[in-house]
Amino acid sequence: MFKRQHLPIIVTLALFVFMFIAGSFRYTGFFSTQVLLNLFIDNAFLLIVAIGMTFVIVSGGIDLSVGSVIALTSMISASLLQEGWSPAAVIPLVLLLGSLFGSGMGAIIHYFKIQPFIVTLAGMFLARGLCYVISTNTITINNAFYTSVAQTKVYLPGGNFVSISVIIALLLFVLAFYAAHYTRFGRNTYAIGGNEQSAVLMGLPVARTKIGVYLFSGFCSALGGVVLTFYMLSGYGLHAIGMELDAIAAVVIGGTLLTGGFGYVAGTLFGVLIQGAIQTIISFEGTLSSWWTRIVIGLLLFLFILLQRLFSSRQLLQKHRA
Amino acid sequence: MEEGRPILHMKDIHKQFPGVKALSGVQFRLFPGEIHALMGENGAGKSTLIKVLTGVYSIDRGQVEMDQERISIQSPQEAQAAGISTVYQEVNLCPNLSVAENIYIGREPRRFGRILWKELNSAAAKLLEERMNLMIDVTKPLHSYPIAIQQLIAIARALNISAKVLILDEPTSSLDRVEVSQLFNVMNKLKSEGLAILFVTHFLNQVYEISDRITILRGGEFVGEYAASALSRIELVSKMIGKELELLEELPKMSSLDGNGKTGSELLLEAKSLGRRGSIEPFDLSIRAGEIVGLAGLLGSGRTEAARLLFGADSPDQGSLKIGDKGSAHTPRQAIDNGIAFCSEDRKGEGIIDDLTIRENIVLAMQASQGWLRTISKKKQSEIAEQFIEALNINPPNPDQLIKHLSGGNQQKVLLARSLLTEPRLLILDEPTRGIDIGAKAEIQKLVMSLSKKGMSVLFISSELEEVLRVSDRIAVMRDRKKVKEMTDGEMNEQLVMKAIAGGGEE
Amino acid sequence: MKHHLFWPLTILALLLVFNLLYDPTFFSIKVRDGHLYGSLIDILNFGAPLLLVSIGMTLVIATKGIDLSVGSIVAITGAMACLTISKGPDQNALVLVATAVGLSLVLSLALGLWNGFLVAGVGIQPIIATLILMVAGRGVAQLITSGQIITVSSSSYKFIGAGVLFMLPFSIFIVAAVFAVASLLTRKTAIGLFIESVGNKPVASRLAGIRAKSVMIAVYLFCGLCAGVAGLILSSNVSSADGNNAGLWYELDAILAVVIGGTSLNGGRFYLAGTVIGALIIQTLTTTIYMIGVPPEITLVVKAFVVLVVCLIQSESFRKAIVGRWKTRRYPAEKEVARHV
Repeated sequence: MFKRQHLPIIVTLALFVFMFIAGSFRYTGFFSTQVLLNLFIDNAFLLIVAIGMTFVIVSGGIDLSVGSVIALTSMISASLLQEGWSPAAVIPLVLLLGSLFGSGMGAIIHYFKIQPFIVTLAGMFLARGLCYVISTNTITINNAFYTSVAQTKVYLPGGNFVSISVIIALLLFVLAFYAAHYTRFGRNTYAIGGNEQSAVLMGLPVARTKIGVYLFSGFCSALGGVVLTFYMLSGYGLHAIGMELDAIAAVVIGGTLLTGGFGYVAGTLFGVLIQGAIQTIISFEGTLSSWWTRIVIGLLLFLFILLQRLFSSRQLLQKHRA
Repeated sequence: MEEGRPILHMKDIHKQFPGVKALSGVQFRLFPGEIHALMGENGAGKSTLIKVLTGVYSIDRGQVEMDQERISIQSPQEAQAAGISTVYQEVNLCPNLSVAENIYIGREPRRFGRILWKELNSAAAKLLEERMNLMIDVTKPLHSYPIAIQQLIAIARALNISAKVLILDEPTSSLDRVEVSQLFNVMNKLKSEGLAILFVTHFLNQVYEISDRITILRGGEFVGEYAASALSRIELVSKMIGKELELLEELPKMSSLDGNGKTGSELLLEAKSLGRRGSIEPFDLSIRAGEIVGLAGLLGSGRTEAARLLFGADSPDQGSLKIGDKGSAHTPRQAIDNGIAFCSEDRKGEGIIDDLTIRENIVLAMQASQGWLRTISKKKQSEIAEQFIEALNINPPNPDQLIKHLSGGNQQKVLLARSLLTEPRLLILDEPTRGIDIGAKAEIQKLVMSLSKKGMSVLFISSELEEVLRVSDRIAVMRDRKKVKEMTDGEMNEQLVMKAIAGGGEE
Repeated sequence: MKHHLFWPLTILALLLVFNLLYDPTFFSIKVRDGHLYGSLIDILNFGAPLLLVSIGMTLVIATKGIDLSVGSIVAITGAMACLTISKGPDQNALVLVATAVGLSLVLSLALGLWNGFLVAGVGIQPIIATLILMVAGRGVAQLITSGQIITVSSSSYKFIGAGVLFMLPFSIFIVAAVFAVASLLTRKTAIGLFIESVGNKPVASRLAGIRAKSVMIAVYLFCGLCAGVAGLILSSNVSSADGNNAGLWYELDAILAVVIGGTSLNGGRFYLAGTVIGALIIQTLTTTIYMIGVPPEITLVVKAFVVLVVCLIQSESFRKAIVGRWKTRRYPAEKEVARHV
């Protein structure tokens, strides 16, 4: 059943399909299941972070700290593993720390009414700086568990494979999808993004939900950090620089309204895949250099923001019809 | 109409804000199964009273009883829990969520934490159909429906929280006739089911159409409680507007003393069937040089809307406007260039610039029309400011004081100074004396009259009848977003104007 | 009430005193080859690009806006200038350098116009509108430099960022000139009044006859230009352009400088002198951290706390919590509403 509010996500989906088909016609070897799966493998951590970001943006906020939290997670993990800690203790610990970090920012945003942008900016500085407090150099990881996770290929029928990170990302995706559409927490997040004052007057738990949203984003960043650590097998303060922009771009291209209240977790998945597809096409093209990725993403960002603007002014017109 | 005991009884309510007595000794009773209109002009204390009921404001003195039990409501949530639900003029729902969700969010049917969408949607559809006579697709987002439907949905949500008292705060102000009657059907149905409804509106016709009882407030005080059938329109209006006998009585009615000659002077402004859909119906208006035209009518009657069209703050979608030899203005900037100045009724929101000083606020409009290159030097600014501070008796007499620290009356004088500095040919004053003390009021009225003597035309908008009568050469009366009557000096008297404001009879 | 520069100046003074205690020679300025040398001069010299960007950012923030793209603009203009010079036959030729500078500045104005158009014309929120250029701008800069670091050997160009005039670094004069122009324009003409008015109350400003859109476009133009000049200084100082790293984090440092300087993120009143001190504080902090031998990246932790503290001080809810007037949670909405009565 087609509904008008599904239009943005359909545009996103169509764009992805178009890119993939265009790539397949243009480049030999592009059209394969493995190329598609590689999009997931290479962008698993981006997907994880973008899912957290989706909730934040739907609630009407923004989280600039995600890239730094990823780096900090990689740093803490690597240094603790170096000290001889067991991964079974390290991973839960960093996930907890990420959640605490996020909920702290959420509490400041909510209780002191400071713009999310500036609070998470401080969080971004803080987390990035703490990396260097631990060490300014790369810490490599030799832990057996980490290396085995990094090398494990999960084979799918047909001989294709994905990484464990992809499975983690997809599990999170399913969980987030369910949370967004089938739990009170998810619905309250949409309500706050739609009209926070109304949400207060409707008696919804605004404080709890807002803090929860940033907590979830902090958790996702930490989880993304864990997955990135699997991928990189190192901790480094310069990991994931500018990641917050990629995550925001993925969410916006996925059809989520930057002003809050509207968006789909599923859209974010395709937003991430589109970014991956741009990178893949550019690498297949060969003559095009990597910086075109940024330009194209910026361009897409512009188009989608323009689209959103039209979409929301149409809604406004309708509202003023009476 | 003493049918049993009131469900809600507010006794001797006092509430004071810094510098303003918002409510003093107000009482209010609401019985089950009645629709009770709360009437009053701006500053009468209606919205304060409602905010007390909904737990937004505390009270300084007095008590609120619900079902004979004394209660103290300290937050909107507590109000809801006590059985008092409110639907505001601007719908307080989430436009991005579905209709069904808006009704049930916060108490969705769930199993193991999972929201049961099917049950939720069917329950919402059933609720709307049974109680609101509304059959719509409840899975569509709220914003895809017109405001009227959204109002009904808001009522449905309010009722769903086992409400005993329903407060409808100006629910009809953006509805058309059909939509209003749809709302009234629902209200009558709910009333017959025993609900007590408090209804606030500015439309007199609607008050008589729907309400059983009327309570009138004026200036934060209780005027009286009447059965709607026993109170004539004219009585209602006179009780709402009241009379102010104090200081103003001493003021001679200047306009009638020198009112000759004005009819012969040149035409300054001519509006022909100027209108804007959903805002004001087409009206004609002409103003001559040096003439003071009063725009009378109750709040929400279309006075402000008319003024905004003339000033270019809103664009008309029909009719024509001529100012001198110039056409209509599409922006305030153009209007100022055409010689019009406008003081908004929303002094805090659309008038003063909080963070700027008295001096800066005064020169703002003049500077804007001169452009940034022809800068008024600080010395000149101070001179101008001091001149106006003296002429208008602005207190404190310090041009570098921030305007946000001034009292309402002094802020108004600063805004007047800002307008006058642009040397307008027509000055539009929308409620220039609202919320300011009686001394400042008299000063502003005197000023208006002396300006007109010097040849400036003034469009004077006010809810206070006496004030309008005193200063105006001619009065146009607005009612229900229409211009209904125009009176010249000879035929103007309180009785006639009030009749025109109250309407009835001729419809 | 304290003067608005009291806190920024106090912080700066404390930082300087700390440095002096740590290193007694910190304030000493020597003359060598006709130049003045010393830590204080270094702070001014290395802080020049940030000072410029912050001055532009101040006006944008005063209109209740924000410009996230300044770092990208810094990278783009530096890249443009270096590319133009590197293509020339004689890199020292004044005409060539003038062309390069002119071209870069026009480009930075165009980018500022783009931001202004999105904000004022299309009506997109500033943070989102400028995000677009922030993301794409780095790509554009790398496109100009073909992903490499372009080095130039032009002593005329190098003068902009590393030259000496009257014994002082030339960049200081550029900053002084821009600051003077900005101060004059905003304090001696009505532009400052319009900016504060629009940032404080957009609706009331429109009714007073101010063309709010033109004002907004103008501040984004100016901010773009400031970032452009900063980009020239930065690339000229090192005689090279790095599309990837030039001007990285500048947007954040600039916002921080503005906020420390006392200008509220909610628009309205702005303080250019405060911003200058704010930028100097950030630069001194960096110098201090270098001096005491802590890894320079740790500056970020300090900045995080500074941002947080400054914002908390500006937050009304926080002040109330501290002052203890927040004694009751009853009627939470009353204060909010009562202010509008």
